Amino acid sequence: MRVRIGLGSCGIAAGAKKVIAELEKKLAEKDLGIKIEQTGCIGMCFNEPLLEVFDDEGKVSLYGKVTPEAVDRIVEEHIIGGSPVTEFLVSDDDMTFLTRQKRVALRNCGNIDPENIDDYMANNGYKAFEKCLKEMTQEEVIEQIKVSGLRGRGGAGFPTWFKWNATLNAKGAPPKYIICNADEGDPGAFMDRSLLEGDPNSVMEGMMIAGYAVGASEGVFYVRAEYPLAIKRLEMAIEQARERGLLGKNILGTNFSFDLRIKAGAGAFVCGEETALIASLEGERGMPRLKPPFPAQKGYWQQPTNINNVETYANVPWILFNGGSAFSAMGTATSKGTKVFALAGKIKRGGLVEVPMGIPLREVIFGIGGGITDDREIKGVQMGGPSGGCIPKELLDTPVDYESIVKTGAIMGSGGMIVMDETTCMVDMAKFFLDFTQKESCGKCYHCRLGTKRMLEILTRISEGEGKDGDIEILDELAVKIKEGSLCGLGQSAPNPAQSTVRYFRKEYEKHIYDHKCPSKKCKALLTFTIDEDKCTGCTLCARKCAVEAIKGEKKKAHTIDQTLCIKCGNCADVCRFGAVMID
Amino acid sequence: MQCCCGEENKLENRFPDTEVDLKPLDVVLEKYKGIKGSLITILQKTQEIYGYLPRRALQHIADVIGVKPAKILGAATFYTQFRFQPIGKYLVMLCQGTACHVNGSEKIEDAICDELKIKDGETTEDRLFTLENVACLGCCSLAPVMMINGEAYGKLTPESARKVIREIFKNETNS
Ligand SMILES: Cc1cc2nc3c(=O)[nH]c(=O)nc-3n(C[C@H](O)[C@H](O)[C@H](O)COP(=O)(O)O)c2cc1C
Ligand code: FES
Repeated sequence: MRVRIGLGSCGIAAGAKKVIAELEKKLAEKDLGIKIEQTGCIGMCFNEPLLEVFDDEGKVSLYGKVTPEAVDRIVEEHIIGGSPVTEFLVSDDDMTFLTRQKRVALRNCGNIDPENIDDYMANNGYKAFEKCLKEMTQEEVIEQIKVSGLRGRGGAGFPTWFKWNATLNAKGAPPKYIICNADEGDPGAFMDRSLLEGDPNSVMEGMMIAGYAVGASEGVFYVRAEYPLAIKRLEMAIEQARERGLLGKNILGTNFSFDLRIKAGAGAFVCGEETALIASLEGERGMPRLKPPFPAQKGYWQQPTNINNVETYANVPWILFNGGSAFSAMGTATSKGTKVFALAGKIKRGGLVEVPMGIPLREVIFGIGGGITDDREIKGVQMGGPSGGCIPKELLDTPVDYESIVKTGAIMGSGGMIVMDETTCMVDMAKFFLDFTQKESCGKCYHCRLGTKRMLEILTRISEGEGKDGDIEILDELAVKIKEGSLCGLGQSAPNPAQSTVRYFRKEYEKHIYDHKCPSKKCKALLTFTIDEDKCTGCTLCARKCAVEAIKGEKKKAHTIDQTLCIKCGNCADVCRFGAVMID
Repeated sequence: MQCCCGEENKLENRFPDTEVDLKPLDVVLEKYKGIKGSLITILQKTQEIYGYLPRRALQHIADVIGVKPAKILGAATFYTQFRFQPIGKYLVMLCQGTACHVNGSEKIEDAICDELKIKDGETTEDRLFTLENVACLGCCSLAPVMMINGEAYGKLTPESARKVIREIFKNETNS
C-alpha cells in the first residue's frame, strides 16, 4: 500500500498541507509504516487536493477534493479496511478530463516526485541527453528537432530548429548561452509554473540538449519571482543533476561541459520579451531593443544566445527519445505535436490540458473542461492574454493551431485560455487588458506608452456611460497606430483585446455608448438596482447588509432602494434569497 | 508606466529617509560586488533584509558597487517587485489576473478594503496588513485567489476573504 499527494501550488492553495498533516497523524497513530509520497500538479486543479492510494495489487484509487475529515475515513476504510471510499473518489466523468488528453510536455507531471531526480531517471529521464552526447552530432540533434516541426510555445511559434541552427552557426568567440524563458507573464496562465513545479528535470534536460546542440556552456532560467515553489524545485533538481555528473565539466565522460543557474525575475511583463529579458538578466531596466541583431547572434552579454520557453524545452527530450517523426505525427500540417493550455475562468473543470494541435476549441472547453460553470451560456474564450483576443462562441469549431487562431484575431500565446460566459462584459475585458498593458508598457515607444493610455481612457469612459459617438472608430485608429509605432511585441499586440472585442461584440459596445446599458450587468456605473415589490418578503437582510444605508423599509413589507444613495456595490443582490433585487 | 505627479508622490514621500542598519547589507554586497549584472539580485536580497528598499540602503549600494544612484533607482523603480516603504506584518497579495477578474476579484478587493479600511498599496495603521494587487498568482483554476505571507487562499468569496483576515487579526491581538 502506497499513498501519494499532489503538491503543486494549486494543491497547496486548496489545502493539501492540512491533508498531509492529518494523514501523517493518522498513519502514525495506527502505526502503519506507510510513507507519504509527493508529486507535482497532475492538472486536475478543480479537484484539488488530490490523494492517490495504490493497493498492493497495483490498483490506483484517486480521491479528489480531499478534506482532513475525508482522510480519516480513507485511512480507516481503505488503507486499513481495504475497500475504497467510493463517495470521495474522482468520478468517472471527471476522469475523462485526463483520459481525453495527450500528454507529451506534461508526461511526468503528477506521476513522479519532482524533488527526486531518480524518479525522473526511472522514467527514461536523461536518456535522450545521453544519446545526444554519445551518439549524435550537433547537426543531427538539430535535424531531429527540424523533423519534429517543433515551434516555440512561448507565443510567437517560431520554428525551434531554426533558432538553434542560427545559434550553432553564430560567429565569434565563445561562450554561448541557453536561456529558459520562465517569466510566464500572461496573467491567467500557469502551464510553465506547473511544469517547473511538477517536472523540473524535463525542462532542464531540454536545455541541456539545446546546450549541446548549439555549443553553449551555460544555461540560465529566468523565473517569475511569484513562483517560489518552482524556484525551490529547480534548485533541488539542479543540485541533484550536478551530483549525478549530468551538469558540470566533462559530462558523462564526454568533452561537453555545461551548467545551469537560476535568476528570479522582479516583476515586469515586458521582461518576457526576449531582448528585455536579456537586459534584465544583465541587471538593467528590462527595456526591449530593436532586432536584428537577434539573440542568436548577439544576446546575453553580446554573445550568441538561444532563448526558448519552458514548454518548448520540455518537449525536447521526448522528441529526441521517440524521434522527431513521432512528434510530427501529431497535429496539423503546420502546427505539430501537442500544446498545453491553462483552462480557467467560467469553466467547470479548470486545470492543465494538453491536447494534439488541431482539435477544435469546443472539444477543449466542453469535452475536457466539462462546459460552463452553472451551465450558463458560453460567450467566448480569451486566448493569448494581453496580447491575444476573444474568440466568440460562433467560432468554437476553430482548430487549435497557430494559423487558425491568428485568423480569429486572437493568438495561440503561451496557452492561457480563459472561458467567458454571459456575465462577462466585453468592454470590461478590453478595459482590463488595456489597463494591464498600459501599466506594463516600458515607456520606450511613444505610441505604446501614450496610445495604450488613451485607449484605456476611452474604454473607461465607455464603461462609465460617458462614451461618445465615434469612440469605437478612435479605438480602431489608435490600435492601428500603436501596432505600427511600437518596437516590441508588447505594443504590437496590446490593442488586440480591444480590437477583437470590437470586431465580434460591437453591439455590446454600442449598447454601452448609446443606450448606457451593460448587457452583462458588469459595468457598475450603468446599473440600476431596484427591488421587486412582489418578490420582496421584507426580511430586512439587504437593508442590514447595505453599506450606505440606501435600503429602507419595514419588517415584512417590501423594501425600496434610494437611488441617490446607492453605490451599486451589488451586496443586496448577492444576499437576497428571493431574487427580489433587480439589476438593469 | 504610470504617471507619478501629485503631492503624495513627491520624492521625499515616496522614498522616506529612515535610519537603517547597513551591516546585513554589507554581507550581501561583499558576495555580489564583483559579479557583473547582479544589481537586481542585490536589490532582491536587500528587500529580503528590510522588507523594502530603504533610501539609505540604495545610496549605500551605489557607494559600494560604484554605480550611480540614478541608475540604481532607475532599475529599482522599473520592477513591480520592489517597494520603497515598509510593509505591514502581513502582506495580502490579491490576484487581479484574468481568471480572478472574470471570477469577481473586484468584489473581494471591495471586501478586503472595507475590512481593513485601506486601499491597494496601503498599510493599516496598526502596521499589521499591507494590501497589494498583483497579476496572477498561478492558481487560476482556484480563482479568485489571494496570498498572505506566502500562503494561498483560493475560491474566495467576499465573506471568506473577510474571515481569513479576521482570523489573522484575532490571533495577532490575542497573542
Ligand atoms: C510582451 C511580451 C511578453 C512575452 N512573455 C513571454 C513569456 O512570459 N514567456 C515566454 O516564454 N515567452 C514570452 N514572450 C515571447 C518571447 O519573446 C520569445 O518569443 C520566447 O521566449 C521564445 O521562445 P519560444 O520560441 O520557445 O517560444 C513574450 C513576448 C512579448 C513581446
Ligand atoms: S488569474 Fe488569479 S491566480 Fe491566475
